[in-house]
Amino acid sequence: MLETTTKPVETVPATYEPKIVAFFCNWCTYLAADLAGTFRLDYAPNIRIIRVMCSGRIDPQFVLDAFAKGAAGVLIGGCHPGDCHYEAGNYKALRRFHLLRSVLQEMGIEEERFRLEWLSAAEADQLKKAVDDMVAKVRALGPLHLETPEEHFAEEVMVS
Amino acid sequence: MTDVAAGSQTDKPKVAFYWCASCGGCEEAVVDLAEKILDVVAAVDIVFWPVALDFKRKDVEAMEDGSILASFINGAVRTTEQEEMVRLLRRKSRLVIAFGSCSHMGGIPGLANLWDRKSIFETAYRDTPSTVNPEGVYPLPEFKDNGRSVTLPGFYDTVRALNQVAEVDYYLPGCAPTPKLLGQAVEGLLSGELPLKGTVLSPDVALCDECPRKETKPETLTVTEFLRPHQLILDEEECLLAQGVLCMGPATRAGCEALCIQANMPCTGCFGPTSRVKDQGAKALAGFASMVDSNDEEEIEKILSGIVDPVGTLYRYSLPASLLRRKRAEKVS
Repeated sequence: MLETTTKPVETVPATYEPKIVAFFCNWCTYLAADLAGTFRLDYAPNIRIIRVMCSGRIDPQFVLDAFAKGAAGVLIGGCHPGDCHYEAGNYKALRRFHLLRSVLQEMGIEEERFRLEWLSAAEADQLKKAVDDMVAKVRALGPLHLETPEEHFAEEVMVS
Repeated sequence: MTDVAAGSQTDKPKVAFYWCASCGGCEEAVVDLAEKILDVVAAVDIVFWPVALDFKRKDVEAMEDGSILASFINGAVRTTEQEEMVRLLRRKSRLVIAFGSCSHMGGIPGLANLWDRKSIFETAYRDTPSTVNPEGVYPLPEFKDNGRSVTLPGFYDTVRALNQVAEVDYYLPGCAPTPKLLGQAVEGLLSGELPLKGTVLSPDVALCDECPRKETKPETLTVTEFLRPHQLILDEEECLLAQGVLCMGPATRAGCEALCIQANMPCTGCFGPTSRVKDQGAKALAGFASMVDSNDEEEIEKILSGIVDPVGTLYRYSLPASLLRRKRAEKVS
């Protein structure tokens, strides 16, 4: 029988809580998160926010690095189209998002794990909804289980 | 160099060449040294080179540890035999040099990391139209028949770059490395003037820096359509990106002197990234996507659909060395 030794994804344990890395732009989405705090809105505590000056600053390497280091999802938040503090940074983020998403899909990482949201400084409620929705979807998907070749080496044996 | 060459046979520094998962082009690159190879042979003893010389594994095993000055290893690591040979040569050598894209970053064989052993075997030994295999016979590491036994190396799910198997001292990039870079590396080895461990032995700037078309690159690169080289007649002087063709030059290390571009073909990225970049494909992705000349989501998607094979284009030589390294295991329902 032929079998693969790459670990299959197990059923999601009931207590599983995903960690999601959120890159929020300084001028809009980060302020939305700030406002959500001021309003004392309850939303899923699974996101770890990293503030960047602009969504256009988010190098695709940041996203891949987050996944490689164990994030179950990556959320990008920027200003609405036309509202970028630097004029066009969010459009650059949008273009990269689409190409990166197709690469991630080819690498076996589901669409729901990578998300882009335009959220202005006033949209605390929409932020809550977006985060809650993403966390629920990623929780249902379960852990990513990316393995590095080093960890994987000893386990790999020829199955006969 | 002359002093070394004048010494007796046993005084000469020992050098080994080995190949793992590779096409043989890197062996060709050694031969491409042309008459210079005579200087190399005069200066060193080649103690192991399966493609050209009849030394065996047991000859290497019999050597003292650390007795080889340098082992040049090309190819990615896919099988148990390759892994064993790499570990053996690492033990016997003072320096291990990853030779060519496959050992540097996984190379083209590394694109197999989009699959695993099971799917590769099923395609190769069952599904291809030319295969007739009704009994479902697949390669086995050991097969016994009438008390006799034959063996094959084990086949790993994941293709690895050389430094994911053993410590690597230097990297000679390229598919294949150019004779000039190899010549410089050998001279460096013999003179003992070695750079910092872990150095990629090629200039640490982007290929655009030495591209003959550099001056034709517009201030802002924008495209409304990505094209593949067969879809247009390429201008021989204009920046290829400006013509809408995906050229990996901006995300690739210099050193090849823009060989492909001089032949009017875009760079495919075989020299890997510069030292400041962790993931060559991600860096190229950021650059290509930013060129898209639209702010409309639908149009952006349409333009990006011109990149027909994103992983194969962005990570043609570097998938095992990328941040994600391989496709995630299939979900079992």
